[in-house]
Amino acid sequence: MMIEYILRLLPALLSGLNVTLKVFFLTLILSIPLGILVAVGRLSKIKPLVALVELYIWVMRGTPLLLQIIFVFFGLPIVGITFDRFPAVILAFVLNYAAYFGEIFRGGIESIDKGQYDAAKVLGFTPTKTFTRIILPQMIKIVLPSVANEVITLVKDTSLVYVVGLGELLRAGKIASNRDVSLVPLVVVGVFYLVLTAVLTAVFQKLEDKYSYFQ
Amino acid sequence: MVLKVQGLYKSFKGKPVLKDVNFELDTGEILAIIGRSGAGKTTILRCINNLVRCDRGTIQVDNMYLCRDDEGQSFYAKPPEMLKIRKKLGLVFQNFNLFPHMSVLDNIIEAPINVFRISKKEAVNKATDLLEMLDLTDKATSYPFELSGGQKQRVAIARACALNPLIMCLDEPTSALDPELREGIASTIESLAQEGMGILLITHDMNFAKRVAQKVIFMDEGQIIEECSKEEFFDSMKNDRIKSFIGE
Repeated sequence: MMIEYILRLLPALLSGLNVTLKVFFLTLILSIPLGILVAVGRLSKIKPLVALVELYIWVMRGTPLLLQIIFVFFGLPIVGITFDRFPAVILAFVLNYAAYFGEIFRGGIESIDKGQYDAAKVLGFTPTKTFTRIILPQMIKIVLPSVANEVITLVKDTSLVYVVGLGELLRAGKIASNRDVSLVPLVVVGVFYLVLTAVLTAVFQKLEDKYSYFQ
Repeated sequence: MVLKVQGLYKSFKGKPVLKDVNFELDTGEILAIIGRSGAGKTTILRCINNLVRCDRGTIQVDNMYLCRDDEGQSFYAKPPEMLKIRKKLGLVFQNFNLFPHMSVLDNIIEAPINVFRISKKEAVNKATDLLEMLDLTDKATSYPFELSGGQKQRVAIARACALNPLIMCLDEPTSALDPELREGIASTIESLAQEGMGILLITHDMNFAKRVAQKVIFMDEGQIIEECSKEEFFDSMKNDRIKSFIGE
């Protein structure tokens, strides 16, 4: 009986999961490189750039993501900038997460011994080569645990896209729950999230293992 | 003469750390700069390796100008020239600064391949020779964290030698070593000098300077107090400040 009920729920929930995963992966793929740029900007010697990046980080971390989504989708059209639901959501998520990733990466970069820069300079490395060959690989190892935390938070934050009317996983569960006056759909949704985070935890564990070849 | 330093001045936040430093280093010569901490020894090394810029002075490396004094201001070489000068200089840091994410071999071949565009085959051949010379052949695939202090230092020397420099600078080479490893690094330094490298070493280890140096510069408060052969230095000790330092 229960199994049959759950099976009947699945098509709607899977379509919600599809939206959730799209938001998740697009945000991840776009916000990590942007986060590196944010970190580099924050650490640059160009004062106005640092001030600009600090302002950006302050706004992104200082206001709720839900508000940012609402602002992009409902607020920007007032000044003539209009996005469809999905691009609006991605824009808000990427800008928000890049700020958090940027601060994580900055912390990682700053914790690398200054002697590494000296060694690179003495060997003739340009600043760009120093960053890509020496600093970045060491930073990745340092930031992996914090990034894993942020990525798992992202999985759950995707549920915020309901506010613009996108049918993600939690919304699909809530619709079924209201319709059938049952908590079962929400339990199933909870299991979905748990499976997602279990997979991500395993992926990050693998990555940490991969980077354990040096200390 | 492979290195010539003239009229070197450097201050940090208004506080002078180098006041008119002049000296020369010859091919195959081992020169030790000694003095207490804060005397300006490390700053000299950092100026020569362009890790800090001097305020005034001229530094000549193998007849190229790293920086040139002109009416009280120092003008530095442009990047392409600077890279040529870098190739002539090797520096072994006090704490080695190996790249922890690279194997021993990769630490050595990284700059030759990615900065100086030497073919991988050639770079690996050179690195293999260096590892053999420094008794590190079986450590080629190890990572820095797996090495002892003495091994790390030899990797740092190999990395600094990979581009056949004319000058090798060593910052406190005995400070991270057990006493029984001093003889090893001393003979390594001597063999590099025999191959024609000018060796500039900074130390406050008098016994080590006595063991390995040919010429000694004694520094105090940013100035060279005494410059002479090792024999003169340790026999006469005519200067009071040197006497009190050696007595310590």
